[in-house]
Amino acid sequence: MTALREMLGKPWLGAYIGAIAIWLATIAFTDGLGGGGVLTAALSFATFSVLVATGQMFVITLGPGNVDLSIPATMTLAGAVSMKIMDGSNAMILPGLAIALGCGAGVGVFNYGLIRLLRIPPIIATLSSSFLFLSAAISYSRGLRIKPPPVLADFTTWILSGIPVLALVGMVITLVMSVILHRTLFGRTVIAIGQNARAARLAGLPVDQVRFATYVMCGIFAGLTGYLVSGFSGGAALNMGAEYLLASIAVVVIGGTSVAGGFANLPGLWGAAMLLFLLVTMLNTYGFGAGIRLMLTGVIIIAVITIASGRKTSG
Amino acid sequence: MHVPFLARNARILLPLLSLVAILLAVFWLQPRAMSYVGLNLLLNLALPIAFATIAQMFVITVNDLDLALGAYVGFVACVGATWLTEQPLLGIAALAGGILTYAAVGALIHLRSVPSIVVTLGMSFVWLGLAILVLPTPGGKAPDWLRALMTWKTPFVPFTIYALLGLAMVVHFGLMRSAHGTVLRGVGGNPRAVERAGWSLLKAKMIMFTFAGLFGMLSGLSLVGLTTSGDANIALRYTLLSIAGVILGGGEFTGGRISPVGAVIGAMTLTLAGSFLSFLRLNPDWQIGAQGAILILVLALRVVLNRAEVRGR
Repeated sequence: MTALREMLGKPWLGAYIGAIAIWLATIAFTDGLGGGGVLTAALSFATFSVLVATGQMFVITLGPGNVDLSIPATMTLAGAVSMKIMDGSNAMILPGLAIALGCGAGVGVFNYGLIRLLRIPPIIATLSSSFLFLSAAISYSRGLRIKPPPVLADFTTWILSGIPVLALVGMVITLVMSVILHRTLFGRTVIAIGQNARAARLAGLPVDQVRFATYVMCGIFAGLTGYLVSGFSGGAALNMGAEYLLASIAVVVIGGTSVAGGFANLPGLWGAAMLLFLLVTMLNTYGFGAGIRLMLTGVIIIAVITIASGRKTSG
Repeated sequence: MHVPFLARNARILLPLLSLVAILLAVFWLQPRAMSYVGLNLLLNLALPIAFATIAQMFVITVNDLDLALGAYVGFVACVGATWLTEQPLLGIAALAGGILTYAAVGALIHLRSVPSIVVTLGMSFVWLGLAILVLPTPGGKAPDWLRALMTWKTPFVPFTIYALLGLAMVVHFGLMRSAHGTVLRGVGGNPRAVERAGWSLLKAKMIMFTFAGLFGMLSGLSLVGLTTSGDANIALRYTLLSIAGVILGGGEFTGGRISPVGAVIGAMTLTLAGSFLSFLRLNPDWQIGAQGAILILVLALRVVLNRAEVRGR
């Protein structure tokens, strides 16, 4: 009984239950047709959301006001630069990856510079820097869409008996990040800073270094996702990051991470990302118009979050 | 206690200086802007942005953030360009419903202690969806009285400038100088103290969100009065512009430390920055980037001035 209550108390459970309910509602409408296909597609797209959200989650866990709004611009920049340098050549796949990750790390260093040296609140710092990076991406790519190397395109769209390989890679990354969050000094310091930055500093924890590393890591995740999305969708597009701004924040919060910081939750990310994708699929399947679809998306997101957070405060 | 004038006013001084600097830069690049018509063209879009910035400021005062504001302004613009012209009663009911929804969102955020970022993120989908339902394709027509008001030829300086001044004054005296305003700001500064003193936090949050809804509505109406037609996506960038305006104007994200006069000035600065960049004939690729650079520059200056403020105490 206590085990059951403990399980029900898990903040990420709501996201999974919601995702399953929405999936059932979708296949009930199609009489079970395409249920598996929907799941495969959901896993593919959820992987991208989970990757950006992992970085975002570490940043949000640092405490109130910490959020990275430059993720879409970073994805676009990393995707555009790496695609142009690889120029469709299979031999350049690994150097291209390194360049994409490097772009992300550079963005993170710049962002934290603004936050630390100029004392600009993270929301405004990452917002302003995202304008700069988006301009850089536009100026660099000149609007050309360069195809990814064939091997990269095949890898990102590779499906093994219904499960995208990319999703498996994503799950391994989630597992590794989970160990980093809960078992390493770095991860525990992130949580400690989120709970009480002043106490963490007085306890002698390297607050500034850890915050720096967290923003750089968030940039690297965004760079990686930009690289993978470019491979998946046949090249980098200037607006390819746009939908990931809201997605990265929504997935983190629906997944049970506290927006006030100090409490992070990795398993919830997958549930939340699946929930968001399945929600859009369901509303599409039902054949609603764009207006009603958007409205229902908003109402359902708010409902899920209200229910999820209500359990936490009453328990 | 005597505090030097410069240090006491540092919070409002920097926004003012930024505005003067960018205004001078615009006049230098385009001397013809120094006229009634020129000022009107430069500043008329500042009014809807200023209304949106003030709306955002009310939410920021109680330590929340409204990420739905741009979508809401777009919804109001769509209602203004359709129902308000054709069936005024329905239009007014829809706008009142919008404000009530804002109050309800404030209540929800407080009662269930859900983060405002997420609730308003969800609301941004709702407003966008409603706007598309009201006006599926861009178009419609603003009511004549609204267009007449927005194109009103006032003496000496354009209507926009009177309206901006009036807006700054009304909100300044309401929020900074009145007893109730002080309590409402206190909710952002120390909510527990305000609650123990016998004030209702729920009411305070609902009041602030109601005001946000009201000023957001004014933003949408003034915008549709200028553009004369509506579009669901017309104001999506207002969400980020309004946040930037509040911060440029000397406001802070937490602690109820805000400045209504600064927020209006911040909105004007952001509007002028757009014109300035187009007068510069900058490579269009770098237009957005330069906007980011201006924002960073002003905030960097603020660090310097804030240090002066600290030393002055």
